[in-house]
Amino acid sequence: MSHSTNQPESALSGRAKRRPAKNWPVHVALLFVCATAIVPFLWMVSTSLKTQEQSQAFPPEWIPKPLRFENYDDLFHSDKFDFLLWTRNTLIIEVLSVSGTVLSSALVAYGFAKIPFKGRGVFFTMMLATMMIPFPVTMVSMFSMYRWLGDHTGMEWLGTFKPLWVPAWFGGAFNIFLLRQFFLTIPDELSEAARIDGCSELGIFFRVILPLSRPALTVVALFAFMHNWNDFLGPLIYLQRPEQFTLALGLQNLQSQHGGTPWHTLMAASTLVILPVLILFFLAQKTFIEGIATTGMKG
Amino acid sequence: MSLRDRQECLSHQNLEWTMGSKIERKNLIKGLAFISPWMIGFCVFTLLPIGLSLYYSFCDFSLLQPPLWRGLENYQTIASDPVFWKSLRVTAYFAAVALPLGMLIALSVAMLLNVKTPGQTIYRTIVFLPSLVPAVASAMLWLWIFNPKLGLINTLLRNVGISYTPGWFGSPDWAMPALILMSFWGIGNTVIIYLAGLQDVPRELYEAAELDGAGVWQKTIHVTLPTISPVIFFNLIMAIIGSMQNFTTPQLVTPGGGPDRSVYFYTMNLYDNAFVNLYMGKASAMAWVQLLIVLALTGIAFWSSKKWVHYQGK
Repeated sequence: MSHSTNQPESALSGRAKRRPAKNWPVHVALLFVCATAIVPFLWMVSTSLKTQEQSQAFPPEWIPKPLRFENYDDLFHSDKFDFLLWTRNTLIIEVLSVSGTVLSSALVAYGFAKIPFKGRGVFFTMMLATMMIPFPVTMVSMFSMYRWLGDHTGMEWLGTFKPLWVPAWFGGAFNIFLLRQFFLTIPDELSEAARIDGCSELGIFFRVILPLSRPALTVVALFAFMHNWNDFLGPLIYLQRPEQFTLALGLQNLQSQHGGTPWHTLMAASTLVILPVLILFFLAQKTFIEGIATTGMKG
Repeated sequence: MSLRDRQECLSHQNLEWTMGSKIERKNLIKGLAFISPWMIGFCVFTLLPIGLSLYYSFCDFSLLQPPLWRGLENYQTIASDPVFWKSLRVTAYFAAVALPLGMLIALSVAMLLNVKTPGQTIYRTIVFLPSLVPAVASAMLWLWIFNPKLGLINTLLRNVGISYTPGWFGSPDWAMPALILMSFWGIGNTVIIYLAGLQDVPRELYEAAELDGAGVWQKTIHVTLPTISPVIFFNLIMAIIGSMQNFTTPQLVTPGGGPDRSVYFYTMNLYDNAFVNLYMGKASAMAWVQLLIVLALTGIAFWSSKKWVHYQGK
């Protein structure tokens, strides 16, 4: 703002006049956007606190009287919804696959963004092509591959968590692409300077690129976490016994048994599944937003 | 770690200044070393399964018995299958409407969220929240919201005075619009990626544009969009891929593809062939057709990107 004092008077006054008028439409638009984002969410929580009768009442009540928290309590005591065990299972898969995704994707993205080697473009195009492969193609044959591994190596893959986290250690194309786009915006002069100072490629990666890319890495970690948390197709294919279920698969299990009609139960279970992600998001949000703000890598 | 790095540094220091071909070879080794995790994964988790499925696409394969070679039979079957063409049209319709609208909405919301306003953090959080909701939960929630009798939307429409309310997922005309509207709810991921891009735009560029007398609109067109073009490009690619593979939500919301198969997406058809009918060969052939379509669309996007994507680092 300080520089504006040096500007011609007309520009200054024009700006002063326009500012408040400009911000009102932004506020109104933001309020509308936020309403459409939050209302379905509130609707879910509201339904989760109703009895079945209340959930089908017309007109619908936003704050049910009384608030039926028993819906949640019922889920904790339900033999069809083992919240704690399924949370533990999900977290095991999360830790193994998020750490693998971030580390391996960043390494690969660095290679694609910062090292000018022969055939890089070809490999990169190939990697992008892997993102476009319709999932049933690999799903069917990978199932038979895991079965083959179980039969021929003595190490069981089907019915274990392995198919859900081992592939994460080989870099996800989505995350590699995202990180590479971020790495490209980091000026080469920085790594060049480190190289002249005698730093190894791995040193540049860990000391120059990674610290500058914390926001991008956080985004990748968050996306990987949410992908695993929400994924139910993978667990559906590879996990067989209820003791191994993840939360998303458990939720689906509960849902199919209820036929989708008792909205209050379903919404309570959904809210429980969302809650840990929300808590994590609110904890990580500060780093996330701050990180994005400090990305300013000007040449 | 630092000791090893130092030794490496010392030994590499002088080599950097030798012949170009030597540097080239070193770069090749370094580059391959960095991308090796992906290369191994690519061979084991992609190339091998995709090769297998190409083989299956020429076979009669029910998963329970070994595949039987049948040549092009599966491809001939799908070419003369009206359901195949229907599901292809449905997917194209969804992509043609939801993709450009979704990108426009996400970018607009990201720009709104980038304006300095009181309560900005809260706005950002709220916009991002829906994308945290698992697909299963969101599908059930929107079935409930679009419920023709008791749903939130039709209640709202009646309160506004609209007596004819759509049947949404139960109606062949409204199932697709409902799905498209629904897809905008989970747009927070894309918005956050755009927002990250917007915050990378150097402030000096805006200040320079302001000094030249540029308004909000001109700044958007001449500063913001070119600078975040890599992010737009990334999101365009993801949107193309995502809309071609749309499966989880329609499968949960309208099992069987809804009335008149009006929302019977390509991947739903593929899935039904593979896991309901156990026509693994036919499903693999469909998957390969889908793969080629996605590759072609993305190829076009990449080809056009040379004209409109600008990287700051380059």
